[in-house]
Formats: sequence, C-alpha cells, structure tokens
Amino acid sequence: MSTLIHPSAINPVEPFLRSDRMPHIWCPGCGIGTTVNCFAQALIESKIDTKNLALVSGIGCTGRVAGYVKLDSFHTTHGRAIPFATGLKLANPNLSVVVYSGDGDLSAIGGNHLIHAARRNIDLKVICVNNLIYAMTGGQTAPTTPGHATTSTSPYGTFEPAFNLPHLVEAAGAVYVARWTTFHVRQLARSISEAFQKKGFSFIEVISPCPTLYQRRNKLGDGLDTMKYYKEKSKTKHGAPTSELGLTMTGEIIVGKFVDRDRPDYGTLLRTQMHESLGDKYVDYDEEQGYACGDGGCAEDSCH
Amino acid sequence: MKADPRGVLTGTHFLDGDHACCEGALAAGARFAAGYPITPSTEVVERFAQRVPTVGGCFIQMEDELAASITLQGAVWGGAKAFTVTSGPGFSLMMEHIGYAAMTETPCVFVDVQRGGPSTGLPTLPAQADMMQARWGSHGDYEIIALCPNSPQECFDLTIKAFNLAEEFRVPVMFMMDEVVGHMTEKVVIPPADQIEVVPRKHTHKSVEDYLPYATNGDMVPEMVHAGEGYKFHVTGLTHDERGYPNMTPQVQQKLVTRLQNKIRSATDRIAMFEEDSTADADVIVVSYGITSRVAQRAIDMARDRGLKVGKLRLITAWPFPENKIRELANHTKAFVVPELNLGQMVREVERAAGGKAKTILVPHAGGSVHHPEEILAAIQEAVR
Amino acid sequence: MAKGRVSIVVERCKACGFCVEFCPTKVLALSSAFNSKGYHPPHVVAPDKCSGCDLCGMYCPDFAIYGHKNQEPKPEGKAPEAKNNEG
Repeated sequence: MSTLIHPSAINPVEPFLRSDRMPHIWCPGCGIGTTVNCFAQALIESKIDTKNLALVSGIGCTGRVAGYVKLDSFHTTHGRAIPFATGLKLANPNLSVVVYSGDGDLSAIGGNHLIHAARRNIDLKVICVNNLIYAMTGGQTAPTTPGHATTSTSPYGTFEPAFNLPHLVEAAGAVYVARWTTFHVRQLARSISEAFQKKGFSFIEVISPCPTLYQRRNKLGDGLDTMKYYKEKSKTKHGAPTSELGLTMTGEIIVGKFVDRDRPDYGTLLRTQMHESLGDKYVDYDEEQGYACGDGGCAEDSCH
Repeated sequence: MKADPRGVLTGTHFLDGDHACCEGALAAGARFAAGYPITPSTEVVERFAQRVPTVGGCFIQMEDELAASITLQGAVWGGAKAFTVTSGPGFSLMMEHIGYAAMTETPCVFVDVQRGGPSTGLPTLPAQADMMQARWGSHGDYEIIALCPNSPQECFDLTIKAFNLAEEFRVPVMFMMDEVVGHMTEKVVIPPADQIEVVPRKHTHKSVEDYLPYATNGDMVPEMVHAGEGYKFHVTGLTHDERGYPNMTPQVQQKLVTRLQNKIRSATDRIAMFEEDSTADADVIVVSYGITSRVAQRAIDMARDRGLKVGKLRLITAWPFPENKIRELANHTKAFVVPELNLGQMVREVERAAGGKAKTILVPHAGGSVHHPEEILAAIQEAVR
Repeated sequence: MAKGRVSIVVERCKACGFCVEFCPTKVLALSSAFNSKGYHPPHVVAPDKCSGCDLCGMYCPDFAIYGHKNQEPKPEGKAPEAKNNEG
C-alpha cells in the first residue's frame, strides 16, 4: 500500500517529518532544512512509495536528516552510510535507498566508499549537502573547503586544494551527477526526482550555508547573505565538463546537471553474470521480500 | 524452527574449519555476507561466494573491513541474516561497527580466525590473542557473546549456535576460531535440515502505530522489524530512547547501556557453554579453549596416567565468561592451569573469578604454533606440588 | 482576492529571512513580535499578493511556513497540481 500525499491545508513537507522531534537542531540560516523540503517535493512529484524507501545518513549536521524524516531511516557511523546502504539495497533490492550526508562524511572518511559505490554503480541516490566545512564538530577543514578559508584546524588559512566532488564521482563512474545550491529549490527537487527515475549511482551535490562556522569565520555574512551570493554568482551550465566545477570562497558557482548516462547498475550486472554462469541453478532474491523471511530467515508464523 | 533445507549440505564431509563455518552459516539461514580477504579467514567467504548464489543469497567483497562490517548490518536491517569474516588486523578495523551493532542491537556474526599479532604478525600461523579484544575492542560499555570452536565439526555446529544467539539476544556474536582450527581438515557431519534448530528473527507482531523499536517488555530484548515493511522506524548509534530517537541525557544513557549489559550478563548461566570433566575432586583444573584445548587434553591424559587428579574445563563460550562455574570450582580445587596461545588473556578472567581461592597458573605461548603437551603437563605437575 | 495564503508555524521560526527575501511578490516581512525563543517570525504584509506558490515553504529551513493555493484539495488518486511556476 503506497502513501501518496495530496495537497491540502498542511505543509507539503510535514507528512515526511517526525513532527514530534521538531524543532530541529540546525542553526538559523543553515540550508539543510531547505534541502529536506526539496527532497519531500521530489518524493511527492515522483509518487514514490515511501514504504519501500529507506534513508541512510552518516555523522554530521546533514547526517541528522535521518532522524527527522518519517521513513525507515538509519543514522550510521561516520563515513559509512554508503556501505550500509549497499547492504540494505542488496538484501532487499525492492527498496529505493537514499544516502543523505555531508561533504566531510562522504568525501573524507567516506571517500573510499564513495568511489567504490560509484565504480560498482550501486543503485543509490546520494544527496551530498556541501557546506564546505565540518560543521557539527565546530568548523574544521573539510576536503571541500576552498583555499584561504579560515577554519578551526586551519587558523592561518587553508592551503590544501579542495575536492571537486562532481568531477570525482563522475570519474569513479556515477551515472547521474548534478550540483545545485540551496537557492535552487525547484531545480534541486527536480534533480532528486530525476535521480529516483535513474537506476545506478546518482550523486547530487547541494552547496549550502553554514552561517555559524564557515560563513561567520570567514566574514561572509549570514545565511541570507549566502543565499543572495548563491543567487548572484551561480551560473547554470548543464553538461559543463566536471573538471571545470571547482569552487572558491567568493567566486562563481557552476550549477546544473552534468552527467546523465546509462550503465547497468550493480544489481543488473550481478544477475546477468550469475544467470550466464549458473543458468537455472542461480537462485535469485524473492520479489516480495528480498532475502528477508526465507524459510531459514524468520518464523513463518511471525511473517506479515 | 527448523533450518531451511536449501542451505543445509546434509551428509558426511571432509572439511576444514573455514569451510565448515561457511556451511554452518548457510545452515543457520545466513543469506548475506560482506567480506574482505584476510588470511587465514578468506576461505570462509570464498566458499560462501561459491555456494550462496545457488542457495538464494548474496555475497559482496567490499573495499575494506570498515565497509564489510557495516554492509552486513545494512543487510540485516534489510531483513537478512548476515555475517563477515576476518582476522586480527581486520578485526581491529571492524571494532567501531561491532560497537554500532551492539548499540543498535543488530543481530549478526563476526568470525575472527585468529592469527599471530600484533599488527601484521603471523598471517598464516595461529594465536588466540584477540580474546580480550573480542570483549573490549570497541569503545563504551557493551556486551557481546564469543564462542570458541575446537574442531571443524564445532565450526559447523557452533556457527549455527552463534547465529541463534545473535537473534535471541539481538547482539553481535564473535566467532573466535584460530588458524589451526580454521585450516585443519576433519570429518564434519551435517545432519538433515529438520534436525537443525534455527532461531528466527524476533519480529514484532505489533502494528505500525503501536510498535516502538527499542521498547522491551521484561526480557530486555526489543522486537525487530526491517526496512520496507511500512514501520518507518529510526535506528541510530546515538544514545536513544524506546522510540529509537536520539535522546542524549544521562538518564536515557543509564537506562539503555545498563540494559545492553544486563541483557547478556543476566543470561550468562544460560549462554555460557563449556565442557567439564572430572572436576568434582580435581586438585588441578585445566581451563582452555579452541585448538589449545586439544593439546591440553593430551596433557591431561598424560597427567592422569601419572596418577594426578586433573579436571578439565573447556570454554566453548568465552564471553560472557562463566564466572559462576570458576567460582564454584575454585572452592574445592587447588589450582587452575590456563594454557592459551597468548601471553595471558582469558587467564585474567579465571584469576578474577577464582577470587584468590585457588592458584591460577598461565601457560603462555606467543603464537605461531601450538603448545607442546609437555609444557602444559609441567604446569600441572608444578601446580599440585 | 488572493490566489493563495500562507501559514506560519511561529514557534519553529529562526528568523533566517529566506521567506521574506525570496517571496516573488513580497508578501512577507519580519515582524517585531517574538516567539518564545526570541526570534522575530515573519508576518504577512501584503496578503492580496500571495499566489500560493509555496516558495516560502520550499526555502524555509525550519519548516515554519508554507503557502497553498486557495482551492479545494484534489480527490484521492489525482496528481497534485503543479505549483512550480517560479524558480
């Protein structure tokens, strides 16, 4: 039974929230909540059956999304949302699995898992909220922090080159790569919807303010100033080469959809290979339940 | 309930411990494994990779042990029974996620085929030096269950037990093999599926409205669901309340963490398995586990041939440690002789439980081979003097 | 007659100012009132200009405001009418 949402006099995002946990912990002007609105909008427009939707997050401010959405949600360990999500998806291929996490979680400690999941083309929809900093722990340098920024672990200014995340995941094999900012609410919702239609590793980077740490320490104003900066300095360039998508502290932000290609996803490759090698000896997963509740998996009388 | 026959390779086989462990997992209903190659454990998942596609399941070799140890937990929350396999260096990498499994009460099995350490150590040679790590390796207060097989047959039988305990207590279970048991080939009898008892997942019967993911009603083990059933539940490694929501206060911490501990500790007498022989009037009791117990048996026989009254206590469950048994035996025996393939790990538990009522004598071995029976015999003889 | 209206969940608001700034028809302004956390929530200053586009709701990071069109909810099974004519 699906749970379609209909317009009425309630906030369209509310049915997707654990209202009993509001208000959330995110700071005034933080963009994570904005991305959640876009996510909810994408769910509505894609008519996703939320019963078969699971959301996995890591640790960090964005990682807290899992705790605020009313879905089967998993708040896992730092950097490991993607392998957890992989296990979830492989055990129950009927699930639509979203990974919702931050730039530090996904590209630093989680970097290895990011590139391997993209390489394998695991059918995951990864929403990477990039606030260019480690926010939850107090504003340390992230692999995405632009040069010459002041952070708590680079008090004299960063000097490391930063990751260009769309470029990284495209090279690793992602089939759908887009970047928006929290200003681009309609486009972000649309990209998330498109990712839901896509089979394979989809990666959507959302540039977002961290007014308390990144913006404040670098005298870049508050959340609203940052949103105005996004509005003014963003340039939509669909299909731009991902190598050209580097970010600086106050420079141009290229947004858009950069990669939308087709490669067989991990599940398809697995099944194809197994069928080829084993023929009818191959036992595939149960259509209804994945690998859950087989005769050896759980008691029949407690099956639903 | 009975095992699913599709996973049971009924018959008499000649298998090594690694292979037998894989068969045990399949017989127990495991349909998912995530692994990473590490000697001397790799054969377990190599066999699983070969067997499971014809049984009905999935294996994935992940990019590292950090991934493998959490991928299997994703599969558990997707509804499957799952495990991973490793040795020392990989076991160390998995520690954070063992803690995550304990905290989120994710039933699963971690197989550690112990080898010489520390660090890269002796990849192809045995040790039993991860025993304390199995218990204390992750941060924070938590309890696990650890089993020690001493033969390929036990690698089969006890793996099933490991999965059953994992489901019964919603806890990660450490399956502490060692390189000798893993690589020794012996007869393994696999019975028909209807003779194998398997514990199913403790799935809730409550409705979506009434279900609370971490509520318990007396037995300290909450009922479980999995993703895709409409429960829309939340799981987090943060300190959480019965709703599964983060609730980071000292009161909730106290309630949660003591329950995680008591869940296992209060059932120690039920969980702890051991093999006991001639302990009632023994002057010395040899306490051992894993491959060392087989060498110890030889030493015990030699000592008895020399007229010594020697008892045997073989730990099958290392954790929770059977303290009550040791306490009881300490009342009437002179000494415990504890041979282990390490420089003193489980001996500390024996000494602690003995409470000074009996001597505790360690027969250490830094690893790389097994004890000579004469070494253990010498310690027995010394103990009775 | 306004095409839409806005609902404000005053207690959730953290006065970030996004809704005020990005409303296409400048329906909102930050009020001088306080909520219990000490923030100034927005209030509607030009109700007739509201189209019910819900851009305010899309932007609000605190789920504290939303707009909706003044019309009957669609019956079960039909797709929601597209509100994205902005952005």
